[in-house]
Amino acid sequence: MSAPLRFRLNGRAVSVSVPPARRLTDVLRLDLGLTGTKVGCEAGDCGACTVLMDGRQVCACMVPAAQAEGTEIVTVEGLAADGALSALQRAFARHGAAQCGVCTPGMLMAAQDLLRRSPSPSAEAVEDALGGVLCRCTGYRKIVDAVLDAAANRPPGNPFDDPAPRAGRAVGARIARVDVVPKLTGTEKYGDDVAPDDALWLRAVRSPHARARFSIGDLKPVHARHPGLVRVLTARDVPGNNGYGIYPTIKDQPAIAADEVRYRGEPVCALVGDRDTVLGIRDDEVPIAWDVLPPVAGVAAATAPGAPALHAKLPDNVLTKGRLQFGDPDAAMAQADVVVEGDWETGFVEHAYIEPEAGYARRVGDRIEIHACTQSPYMDRDEVAQILGITPDCVRIAPSGIGGGFGGKLDLSVQPLIAVAAWHLGRPVRMAYTRPESMAASTKRHPAVMRGRWSAARDGSLAAVEFVGDFNTGAYASWGPTVANRVPVHASGPYRVKAARALSRAIHTNEPPSGAFRGFGVPQAAVVHEGLMDALADALGQDRLEFRLRNALRAGDTTACGQVLKHSAGLPACLEALRPHWLRLRAGAAEHNRSAGNGRAAVRRGVGIGCMWYGIGNTSIANPSTMRVGIGADGRVTLYNGAVDIGQGSTTILQQICADALGLPVDRIAQVVGDTDRTADAGKTSASRQTFVSGKAVELAARSLREKLLRLANVGPDALIAVEGSTLLLTEGDVRRRVDLASLPAEGTDGDVLTGHGSFDPPTSPLDADGQGVPYATYGFAAQLCDLEVDLALGTVKLRRFVAAHDVGRAVNPTLVEGQIHGGIAQGIGLALMEEYLPGRTENLHDYLIPTVGDVPPIDVILVEDAEPLGPFGAKGIGEPALVPTAPAILSAIRDAAGVTIRKLPALPHRVRAAIRAAQGARAGEPA
Amino acid sequence: MAYLRPTDLDDALRALAARPLVVLAGGTDHYPARVGPWSKPPADEDIIDISALSPLRGIDETGQGWRIGALTTWTEVIEARLPKLFDGLKLAAREVGGAQIQNRGTVGGNLCNASPAADGIPPLLSLDAEVELRAAGRSRRVPLADYVLGNRRTARRADELLTAVHIARPRHEARGDFLKLGARRYLVISIVMVAGVIERGPDGRVASARIAVGACSAAARRLPLLEQALAGQSIEARLADRAAPAHFAPLAPIDDVRGDAAYRREAAVTLTRRLIGRLAS
Repeated sequence: MSAPLRFRLNGRAVSVSVPPARRLTDVLRLDLGLTGTKVGCEAGDCGACTVLMDGRQVCACMVPAAQAEGTEIVTVEGLAADGALSALQRAFARHGAAQCGVCTPGMLMAAQDLLRRSPSPSAEAVEDALGGVLCRCTGYRKIVDAVLDAAANRPPGNPFDDPAPRAGRAVGARIARVDVVPKLTGTEKYGDDVAPDDALWLRAVRSPHARARFSIGDLKPVHARHPGLVRVLTARDVPGNNGYGIYPTIKDQPAIAADEVRYRGEPVCALVGDRDTVLGIRDDEVPIAWDVLPPVAGVAAATAPGAPALHAKLPDNVLTKGRLQFGDPDAAMAQADVVVEGDWETGFVEHAYIEPEAGYARRVGDRIEIHACTQSPYMDRDEVAQILGITPDCVRIAPSGIGGGFGGKLDLSVQPLIAVAAWHLGRPVRMAYTRPESMAASTKRHPAVMRGRWSAARDGSLAAVEFVGDFNTGAYASWGPTVANRVPVHASGPYRVKAARALSRAIHTNEPPSGAFRGFGVPQAAVVHEGLMDALADALGQDRLEFRLRNALRAGDTTACGQVLKHSAGLPACLEALRPHWLRLRAGAAEHNRSAGNGRAAVRRGVGIGCMWYGIGNTSIANPSTMRVGIGADGRVTLYNGAVDIGQGSTTILQQICADALGLPVDRIAQVVGDTDRTADAGKTSASRQTFVSGKAVELAARSLREKLLRLANVGPDALIAVEGSTLLLTEGDVRRRVDLASLPAEGTDGDVLTGHGSFDPPTSPLDADGQGVPYATYGFAAQLCDLEVDLALGTVKLRRFVAAHDVGRAVNPTLVEGQIHGGIAQGIGLALMEEYLPGRTENLHDYLIPTVGDVPPIDVILVEDAEPLGPFGAKGIGEPALVPTAPAILSAIRDAAGVTIRKLPALPHRVRAAIRAAQGARAGEPA
Repeated sequence: MAYLRPTDLDDALRALAARPLVVLAGGTDHYPARVGPWSKPPADEDIIDISALSPLRGIDETGQGWRIGALTTWTEVIEARLPKLFDGLKLAAREVGGAQIQNRGTVGGNLCNASPAADGIPPLLSLDAEVELRAAGRSRRVPLADYVLGNRRTARRADELLTAVHIARPRHEARGDFLKLGARRYLVISIVMVAGVIERGPDGRVASARIAVGACSAAARRLPLLEQALAGQSIEARLADRAAPAHFAPLAPIDDVRGDAAYRREAAVTLTRRLIGRLAS
C-alpha cells in the first residue's frame, strides 16, 4: 500500500488509500460509494463505466487507481449541478433516451465529453463519440436525438415539454418516464448497488466442461490458505429441493450441481467470504476431480440413435413437442397452384443486458429477503422457498433496479446461491456475475433448425402452410416448453390460410439452457414464414407487400388455431400505411441500382418487408395480474404495482392508466413497485403482457377506488375529483363536496383509508391435440420495411432505414412505444446480422457482437391504433412485436438487393458472400 | 506485489533490468486480459506503470522524419497535424476501440500487445516504421516487421521498453490509407484490414508502394510482390487491377468466429484493390 491516492472527483478533492492497480471503477463504487458508474464487462467492450478523466471520456474499469493521481474525474453524479438536471440530462428525459438506464451514465459522460469540445456536433460526430458505449434497450436513435437536441437551441413548442397532463389526458401523452431522474443522476440502485457494507461476497466455481461427472475433494487446504474464506457451499448445503425450473412439474436445474454437469458454466460450488478472497481464489485451487464426457452438441447429435440422454426421464432428449393441425393441409397443398419450400437455421443469441446479474440476500429471523435484478418476483419467491425448504410467505423478493432483461432475468440467477448462503450464515451475502459468467451461465434464445412449405392459388390466396422446427433447449428445460407451444400457433404468420400443419420439438443438448428471449421462438419462425411469403410472391409475380395485404388476417377472420379474431387486427392498416414508403424506397433502390450500371457494381440496394403477429400473454394458461390503488389519510394516492419495470416503461405506463381511470393528474400518483411483501402478484414481465394484462388490472383497481370516492360523496360517475392535502374535492356540475380523508379509518396494511383492487386474467381456452382453441385473448400486429445495401464483393450489409408500422391497440405513451420499437429493431438487427453465441468462444462483448450506435439506421415509426376492447383504453402489447419482423425484413431486403436467400443466421459477411458466390457460380479463389 | 510508477526513464530501465515486471501503460489491454471466465484473481504480478514517463509522450518531427512516443494515445494521433502520409494511421486510430480506448490506449501498447488484429500495426508497417527499444545502458532500433513475431509475440526482451516509433520522411509526395472490414460499425475486431502508402514520383508514377494486411496471419504482413508490381506504374484508376491473388501468398488466414479463411483471403484482395484505387484517385 502506498501513499493515499488524491484526485478531484466531481469538483471536490478526495483522498483514499487503495492498492495502486485497483480499477478506478472499484475505487469509485466500493471505496467512495459512488455507484452511478456501472460495471458491464471490465474489458472496455461496453462503456458502461465511462467517466471523464481530465475532460476526456475513459473506461474507468481500465484505469489503474495510481493513474488517477492528480487528475480531475467527473462521474454521472457530477452532472446535475445543485440537484438541477443539466440540459443534456433533460434532453435524455424528454426523448426517452434512457430505458433501463444502466448504460445511461456512460452515454451521458460520453456525450458530455463531445459537447464540451464540440458544442454543435453533427449526427455523425455524435455517433463517433457514443460508439464506445453499448445500449441494449433503446436502439440508440433517441439517444442521438437527445444529444443533438441538447446541443441545439430547441425550437419552441417541442411536444416533449408537456410535464404533467391534466386529469383524463394521461393516456396517449408523451410524458417523460416517471422513474427517469434516478437513471439520469446515477442514483438508481441496480443489482450490484444495493448490498449493505457488511455483506459477504459470493462467487460460483463453474464447470469449464459441457458434460462431466465430478467430485469435490477435501476443502480444508483451501480454507487454510485463505483465511478470508468463510464457507464453501456445495449441493449438500441446499436445504430444500436442489432443483428449480419455470414449470411446476419440471424442477430439473440444480441450484448447485451435485455430481454431474450438463453445460459449461454450471455452478459446482460457491465460495463465500470477503471480496478479495473469493474473487482471488483461482478455480484450480478448488479440489475438483473431473471425469470429462463427450458433450452432445446440436439437435442433430441429440436426436441421433444412441445419443446419451441428458436426463434419465427423457431417453430421447425430447423435452416437449408442439403440434397444430388446421383443415386438411395435405389435400390443400396438393390442390395449390404454387408451392415453395425452404430451410433456415438460427444460433444461440445472448440477451446481453448491460447489467450483469447481481444482488444480495439476507436472513431476517425465519425469513429470507432477496434484493436482486429480476423480471419475475413472485416466481422467484416460490422457487427460492422450495430451494430453501420453507414456505413462500417466508421469502420476500424486493427487486433492485433492473438493467435490462429481455427474458433473461425471468429465470433464477444469483438468487439460489445467495439465498442458501445467507440462510446458513445469517449474514447478508452479495454476488455479481462477471460478463463471461453472465454469458456462459444464463439462458439463451433457442437455436432453431426449421423447414417450411407454403402454397397458394394462382389468384394469390394462401392455401396450405407447413412448418417443422427443432429448437435446441440446451441442458435444462427453462422455458423450452413455452417455445415449443408458442411456435406452432404463430408458424403460419399473420395470414389467413386454408390449412396448416406445424410441428415443433424442444430438444436437450449439453449447451446453455435456452429460455425466454423476446419472442419465445416466434422471431425464428417468422424468418421462415416471411421468407416463404417472399418466395410465393415472386413465384406468383406479385408485389411482396400487396401479396401480404391480400392474405393479412383481419377482424372476423379465423386463425390456424380456429380462433375467430373479433377485434383489433390491424395488419391491413399497417401495410396500407407502409405502401407509400414501400413504393418510394423501392424506386430509390431501383434508381441506385440502375445508375450504378454494369452489373459488376459492387454495392446494390434492396428493400425488404417483414410482417408478424404475436399473442399477448401466456399461451392458453392462466395469466392473471392483480393491482391495488389506495388513498391515504394525507391524500397521497399510491399504486401498489407488482409489475417490475425492466426498462420498457411499465411503471410509467401503469401510472398513466391509473391516472385516467381514477381521474387525477398523473403526477398525483406515487408507487410501490414489485415488492412481494407489499404488492400483489402481477405476474412476470414477459410475453408483452404488462400493458395489456397489468394495465387492465390497474384500470379496474383505479376505477374501483374512484367508485368508492364517488360513493363517499354521493356524486355521479362523471364528477371531477381533486385532492388538496387531506381533503378530497368532488365536483359535479354545481355540486361541490369535500371529504376529510384524515377523518376516515385506516384500511389494510399500508395506512390507506380507501383502496381499490383490480384483477385481470385474459380470456383464453386450452388448445386441443390439434392445437385448436383460443391461445391468446389478443394479438399485436406489425409490418416493417428495411432499406439496405449489400456490398456484393465483401458480403457486408449496410442498413439505410427502417419504416415500422405497429398496431398497438392504443399507444399509452407514444414515446415509450417508439422506444420499444427502436430497441426491438436493434435486437432484430443483431439476430439477423451479427449475433451468434458459441459456448466457450464468444463469452464476452468483443467476440459476441451486439449492434452499436453506428449499426442502427434511422427508424420511422407509424403507430396504428386498432383498439382492443379487452385492453386498458384499448391498449395491447409491444415488447416482443417490436423485434419479430425485423430479421425477416432484413433478409427480404438482402434477397432483393443481392438475389440470394440467407439460410443460416446471422448473415455474417462471409455467409452472405458465400451465398453470392454460389449464386454467381464464381470459381473458388477468384474475387468477383 | 509491487507497483512501480517511475517518472524517470533510467529508473524505469534499471527496475526492468533487476527483475521481470509487467509493463502497464494505458491499461486497455492489461485489464481486459485479467477478467477470468468467472473469477478475477488479482494476478500475483509485479507491475511497472510507465504512464508517468513524459519523454515517451507525443509526436515530434525530426531531421529524418517523425518520432511517435510510445505513450502517444490514439486520440493524440488523430488530433496531430501530420501530412497525408499519415492518413492511414489516423483512420486506423479511429478504429481502435471506442473513443474511451482511443483516449487511453497507446501506440506502443498496441505494438507490444501484438494482437493479430491490432489496428495500429498494418498502417505502421506501411509507414516502414522502426521501433526504438531501450534497456539500461543500451538502445536499439528494429524494423516493425521484425519486431512483431507472431500472435502476441514480439522481439522485446524482458528488460527492454518500447520507447518510440520512428518513421522516415519519404522521398516523394506520399499518401496513406486504411480500410477495415468488420461485422459492425464501432468497437469491432477486424475480419481483415489493409493499410497502404503510395509515394508519387515526379513522373506521376508509383515511386514506391507499401501495402500491409492485418488479421490474415499471426502477424500483419507486408506484400512485397504486390509492392514490386505497383512500383513504376502510372497512378491512375486502373492501378488497382495490378493486384493479383498471387501477391497475397504471404497471408495465412484462419477460420474463426468472425469469418473463414477462404473469405478472408478473398476479402483481402478485394479490400487491397479498393485501397489502391482510393490511393490512386
